[in-house]
Amino acid sequence: MSDIVEKTLTALPGLFLQNQPGGGPSAAKASFSSRLGSLVRGITALTSKHEEEKLIQQELSSLKATVSAPTTTLKMMKECMVRLIYCEMLGYDASFGYIHAIKLAQQGSLLEKRVGYLAVSLFLHESHELLLLLVNTVVKDLQSTNLVEVCMALTVVSQIFPREMIPAVLPLIEDKLQHSKEIIRRKAVLALYKFHLIAPNQVQHIHIKFRKALCDRDVGVMAASLHIYLRMIKENSSGYKDLTGSFVTILKQVVGGKLPVDFNYHSVPAPWLQIQLLRILGLLGKDDQRTSELMYDVLDESLRRAELNHNVTYTLELLYRITNAQNVTVIVQKMLEYLHQSKEEYVIVNLVGKIAELAEKYAPDNAWFIQTMNAVFSVGGDVMHPDIPNNFLRLLAEGFDDETEDQQLRLYAVQSYLTLLDVENVFYPQRFLQVMSWVLGEYSYLLDKETPEEVIAKLYKLLINDSVSSETKAWLIAAVTKLTPQAHSSNTIDRLIQEFTISLDTCVRQHAFELKHLHENVELMRSLLPVDRSCEDLVVDASLSFLDGFVAEGLSQGAAPYKPHHQRQEENLSQEKVLNFEPYGLSFSSSGFTGRQSPAGISLGSDVSGNSAETGLKETNGLKLEGIKKLWGREGYLPKKESKTGDESGAPPIPQESIMENVDQAITKKDQSQALTQSKEEKEKQLLASSLFVGLGSESTVNLLGKADTVSHKFRRKSKVKDTKSGETTTTHNMTCSSFGSLSNAAYEDNYYLNTLHDRGDKELKKFSLNSELLDSESLTELPLVEKFSHCSLSTPSLFADNNMEIFHPPQSSTASVANESSLASSFLEETTEYIHSDVMKVCNNETISVSSNKVWKDDCLLMVWSVTNKSGLELKNANLEIFPAENFKVTEQPGCCVPVMEAESTKSFQFSVQIEKPFTKGNLSGFISYHVMDTHSAQLEFSVDLSLLDFIRPLKISSEDFGKLWLSFANDVKQNVKMSESQAALPSVLKTLQQKLRLHIVDIIGNEGLLACQLLPSIPCLLHCRIHADVLALWFRSSCSTLPDYLLYQCQKVMEGS
Amino acid sequence: MIKFFLMVNKQGQTRLSKYYEHVDVNKRTLLETEVIKSCLSRSNEQCSFIEFKDFKLIYRQYAALFIVVGVNDTENEMAIYEFIHNFVEVLDEYFSRVVSLIIMFNLDKVHIILDEMVLNGCIVETNRARILAPLLILDKVSES
Repeated sequence: MSDIVEKTLTALPGLFLQNQPGGGPSAAKASFSSRLGSLVRGITALTSKHEEEKLIQQELSSLKATVSAPTTTLKMMKECMVRLIYCEMLGYDASFGYIHAIKLAQQGSLLEKRVGYLAVSLFLHESHELLLLLVNTVVKDLQSTNLVEVCMALTVVSQIFPREMIPAVLPLIEDKLQHSKEIIRRKAVLALYKFHLIAPNQVQHIHIKFRKALCDRDVGVMAASLHIYLRMIKENSSGYKDLTGSFVTILKQVVGGKLPVDFNYHSVPAPWLQIQLLRILGLLGKDDQRTSELMYDVLDESLRRAELNHNVTYTLELLYRITNAQNVTVIVQKMLEYLHQSKEEYVIVNLVGKIAELAEKYAPDNAWFIQTMNAVFSVGGDVMHPDIPNNFLRLLAEGFDDETEDQQLRLYAVQSYLTLLDVENVFYPQRFLQVMSWVLGEYSYLLDKETPEEVIAKLYKLLINDSVSSETKAWLIAAVTKLTPQAHSSNTIDRLIQEFTISLDTCVRQHAFELKHLHENVELMRSLLPVDRSCEDLVVDASLSFLDGFVAEGLSQGAAPYKPHHQRQEENLSQEKVLNFEPYGLSFSSSGFTGRQSPAGISLGSDVSGNSAETGLKETNGLKLEGIKKLWGREGYLPKKESKTGDESGAPPIPQESIMENVDQAITKKDQSQALTQSKEEKEKQLLASSLFVGLGSESTVNLLGKADTVSHKFRRKSKVKDTKSGETTTTHNMTCSSFGSLSNAAYEDNYYLNTLHDRGDKELKKFSLNSELLDSESLTELPLVEKFSHCSLSTPSLFADNNMEIFHPPQSSTASVANESSLASSFLEETTEYIHSDVMKVCNNETISVSSNKVWKDDCLLMVWSVTNKSGLELKNANLEIFPAENFKVTEQPGCCVPVMEAESTKSFQFSVQIEKPFTKGNLSGFISYHVMDTHSAQLEFSVDLSLLDFIRPLKISSEDFGKLWLSFANDVKQNVKMSESQAALPSVLKTLQQKLRLHIVDIIGNEGLLACQLLPSIPCLLHCRIHADVLALWFRSSCSTLPDYLLYQCQKVMEGS
Repeated sequence: MIKFFLMVNKQGQTRLSKYYEHVDVNKRTLLETEVIKSCLSRSNEQCSFIEFKDFKLIYRQYAALFIVVGVNDTENEMAIYEFIHNFVEVLDEYFSRVVSLIIMFNLDKVHIILDEMVLNGCIVETNRARILAPLLILDKVSES
């Protein structure tokens, strides 16, 4: 690691020198050429917009003088152009220099000319009047015998050229198409592409030459011509169908690895070229069966060669688009094969969606359609978009034009499901079972062999299966209910009622009771559940007017009037505002502190809130138990009359309205708590979804028939069933999680941010936060690299044997590409994954050696690494590095520190572990390096390194509960309010700063408060509670050590000021 | 099509900007500020593609430097995402080991490299050797 950074550092002086004009620069020139250097340094040192403005205005006025001064050489002009580019890049007008850019392109030689052209292309736009002045220069350069000049001219023509002047250069450029050098031919094609963009008519006559370019022996020229073809085909695909074969051949060669190896990118053959070709083929094959057929082979080949995992989106998209009634079986078959191997949720979700859509659109026959959908449901199961089963069922229910055809499809589905259910020991996803239940319930009547009893028996078998979820059980019972009127014997039904009316699951119990009551009244049942009427419209009395009498009666007896949901919620929120200030009680409620409120809960709370937390908890408990019990009797949801007469629990009858009220409240509360508990999971999902760009809703709702309002009218009856059900499950679910207490939505959002922050915190820390001082000189290694490797190692094995087309994702799972990338990532990164460390700092040097140091923040100590480089061509002997004893520090030398011989131009490192005895603010370690040159004279070099308390602070990873316990056990505490600017005063950014700069561990975030913990090595813990209120950050430290909080507070203030 | 190519550091300072469709100088800074803001607001775990106004941003972070490419919807995000890395690899090869200061001191060279790779918003060359060839000749000639 030190290697790399050192290389970078030593390269820097060279950089400055590079800007010196070559060949004995005069003093004046030298001072001039460093202008760019000082501008760059000036820019890097900027801290405010105001400073920037000052710097650039100065720069511009100095430039104004220089560019028009007669003494300015072309070389100086080139520097001026770069400086002007800087000024414009930062948003300042530098138009006075434009004409000089054109002049430089005209007069300069090579590099100056190139920079002149560059400046022109950056400064001017297509219709800028000055551009005309460039034409002569371009014409001249196109005719130059110097190929470099021809290249430049062609480049600038392809970038920016006045349309009206095309005729002046067109013949010259056409000529270049026959040039012997590929680069000239290639650039000529690109220039023609530009003309095609801005004036297509002017290049119409050379279409034949484009074809020649397409068939050029050089890949680059061919690839350049594809830009023109893509454009032309986009405008008129029918005119180029005859080229399909050529494109197919080219793609075949690319995919087959026939290109020179330097076109590979991370061992994928010319991925961007492949994409371009696929784009073209996509356009040519669109809505054209015959042309598409020409491509199948090569697409198939591309697919087989591809690491499908990585380009699945693209290639499948292409396949998906060219699908039609003829090729659907092949393509869907391919997709299914891949689907069966996929483990990645996104791929599955995406693929099953596509397959379902294609199957629905192009299904050749019933059997194929049902089997394909079976595969979709078996694999896509519980991750697929709810629209898939919805649409499928709707399609079955609504049917097509032909009634017989519809019946056959339904019958086939029923038979297929019965067969599937006969297979022993196979588990189907819940949503598939739900689809089956619905279909069997609706359409079993079509069977002529099997009787309803047999179907019911199968459904019953599923019902008593433990692996079936209670939601699915509800579907199953609903199906049984539908079949009951058709059944002649009711043995199974009776048994089912007997067993499930005492089910512990309220939802299932509810359905069982429905069945029970309906079963007693078969006539009612028949009218309620007619055969094959799922598509009939139902009239729903949404205002529940039939209850008016009941409500009026209730009100007259003094019941409270009904409050709409949003109103209750508002009231609840306003009640709960106080709770939000309670910092810790809530997080403890999930732990061992339930029941009796813990003393910790109170003493931990900030002054206002101890009590409210207690009452808050109690309230929730109370509501949960009482409210629910009375509403949910042993027979499920107690109907009106039963609550008066048949309450078996023996509880005194309670006015209906007040129960409702209670429950309403409870539910509202629980809704919120549910939002909280689901938040983490949901956000993970959202995160995943967003990072994988799922365009579809990422909602995990498992209800088959979806939201009532999105489902067509014909499904209204079904959706009602589902609504009741989901309402019930939600409630039961809520009861279990209500102990988490309630939090406002604001807290929820903070949590979201910080959870992510929290999760990646450590990695992030290791990777960059500590390098911040040297930000601008860091090697450009990519941060998320390490992480991506780990992701990749999880990636799905490819369906296809070869993986020559790993197009889109170079960080492959293979170690080879890890090695590949790490040429960039360098050993620096590899080590950092182990420990976090500082950048390397040069601490001393002389003509023979240089010493640099860096700090490695190991988990148990600070490891100081001094690297000594022998710069001389001589061997050094007895190189020895010693550290002077220092007060408060215990320095232990790591083995191997005395080096008998140091070869010429080699580097050795010396390592010392450092421990401290007590907290401090600033410390210092010094030492010396001694060595012998050629056995003769010995030399010694001293150095010193500053140490900060932070070098010995490590994150302390504890849980919120442990935090609570520790907090109470610590006697030393320090409180301080820090005022911040408004922009800073956001909890996430504060916590992030603390985490990164001070290496504090974020234990928990509750609303606008954060809990952090760290330890001073070897093991003195310190806890921090911070809270943002308006623009004040309240910091509260506690530790077992009396001085540590003060020291940390000091550091904390420092970073807050600095951030 | 690529609309613009930006290199911006974590402090939001532009280190290189190239527009493939004309944008007024004074509007560029505004746009760049918004662009980098939306990149900085995202975590490592979040997707590197952002829907931004009427186009898409694709970005990668290298140390403290963000490379952000704005494209319209005809462009393939993954292709651009890898293209960014390819660009950095080319820089790395040319400068032996590229750091952001080198980019600042050699802004012209970096632009020249980019011009070899992107023209009119199209990726026109990705072969490393071919990208660098013209520039290496220029260097050689100006040395002698």
